[in-house]
Amino acid sequence: MEINFTHKQSAHCENGVVSNLMRYNGFEVSEPMVFGIGSGLLFCYLPFLKVNHAPVVTYRALPGTIFKRFAKRTGVKIKREKFNSPQKAKARLDENLEKNNPVGLQVGVYSLVYFPEEYRFHFNAHNMVVYGKKDGRYLISDPVMEEVTSLSEKELEKVRFAKGAFAPKGHMYYPIQFPEKLELKKAIVKGIKHTCKDMTAPVPIVGVKAIRKIAKLIRKWPEKKGIKTANHYLGQIVRMQEEIGTGGGGFRYIYGAFLQEASKVLENEQLSLLSKEITQIGDLWRDFAVDASRIYKNRSATKDAYNKVADQLAIIADKEEAFFKKLKKAV
Amino acid sequence: MKKNEVPQDKSNLESANIKEMYYAVDENGEYTTELSTGWDPKTIALNNAIKDIEERTEKARQKVLQNTTSPIEYYMELHKMDIGILASYVGMWTWRVKRHFKPSVFKKLNKKTLQKYADIFEVSIEQLKDIDK
Repeated sequence: MEINFTHKQSAHCENGVVSNLMRYNGFEVSEPMVFGIGSGLLFCYLPFLKVNHAPVVTYRALPGTIFKRFAKRTGVKIKREKFNSPQKAKARLDENLEKNNPVGLQVGVYSLVYFPEEYRFHFNAHNMVVYGKKDGRYLISDPVMEEVTSLSEKELEKVRFAKGAFAPKGHMYYPIQFPEKLELKKAIVKGIKHTCKDMTAPVPIVGVKAIRKIAKLIRKWPEKKGIKTANHYLGQIVRMQEEIGTGGGGFRYIYGAFLQEASKVLENEQLSLLSKEITQIGDLWRDFAVDASRIYKNRSATKDAYNKVADQLAIIADKEEAFFKKLKKAV
Repeated sequence: MKKNEVPQDKSNLESANIKEMYYAVDENGEYTTELSTGWDPKTIALNNAIKDIEERTEKARQKVLQNTTSPIEYYMELHKMDIGILASYVGMWTWRVKRHFKPSVFKKLNKKTLQKYADIFEVSIEQLKDIDK
């Protein structure tokens, strides 16, 4: 069977799944709107976790939280299921497809066959929609792909039951109840306030404080860890910032698009100006990536070069702090 | 970022026919989206990460040949895993997996345990025991 589902590519997978599932159910909500209402923007340093033998920073909220917050703030109810047994997970998926209900799935990327080999790491927070089954293959709408694709039963089971950090355990989710009319105004304000609170939180590993912390660490890495490791760590920060699904600039551009749209919905001219400001901050993040890449490309950088990119991050931290304080007052 | 500044560098995305979506502003300052074929700073970071994994794998291979580690460590590196990820795939504590890196312990592993590892690495038990097969 095949459900009449419209696939639309998005920058980020979770926003895209939510936006596409909402559209299927008759509500047109853009990707940036989902991201903004769901308070997707973040900066967080996770000192206790290592991925690919390097420390982890993230530019977005934890997997699953964007949809959770979006649903709560707009009055949508979602059903979520996790499974211990792959057979049960498959049976429940088939049941839903039988009932013409497309569902969102959390999957691991490592065994995702349609991704290029080089991009397949043990990252378990990817999202996709399954919208049918044809000749024993599941029909897949993966938001970061231009076109729809398909996976065999075995291939889908493998990505649904990938292991490691954030193991999906067959995680399946779909909206089950909707409000009569989507009330965006209040939801937008709530989403913005939450992001401002997170980004200016008095915690050393969250928000602008975490950016400053990373800047400090970068200055120390070459001496403490050696050039090779320092470059490996720096590369990982850039990869997290510009990995597929960020929309560029560590999600700052998607947030800019959100503020622009929000300024029209709320008829708040100030948000439009702030959209321009976060866009410029996004450009600074990209400048940082360019300069960082010069360091790890040459593999023989001076200590000065590390200090220079650390300075860039410190400036970004100051600008973001001022930005989120202004944004908080604007709504 | 302006729409016409969205990077169109060569990258390995091309091989899989993937283009990434970016948010950027058009000439009127309105946000829109544009597809990108890749961006050099990111491609270099990714290539370095892959080179790092290749180096780790080669180092593990040499260690297996010198009999200072078991093939499990080699296959773990080959599959871009660390001990934590491998342990969660086989459903054992990390210290047990680490113990299986010892060639003397590895030799004594029963068939059931070997099969578990072999399944995860998608190789036969013969290949698991001899990495050159």
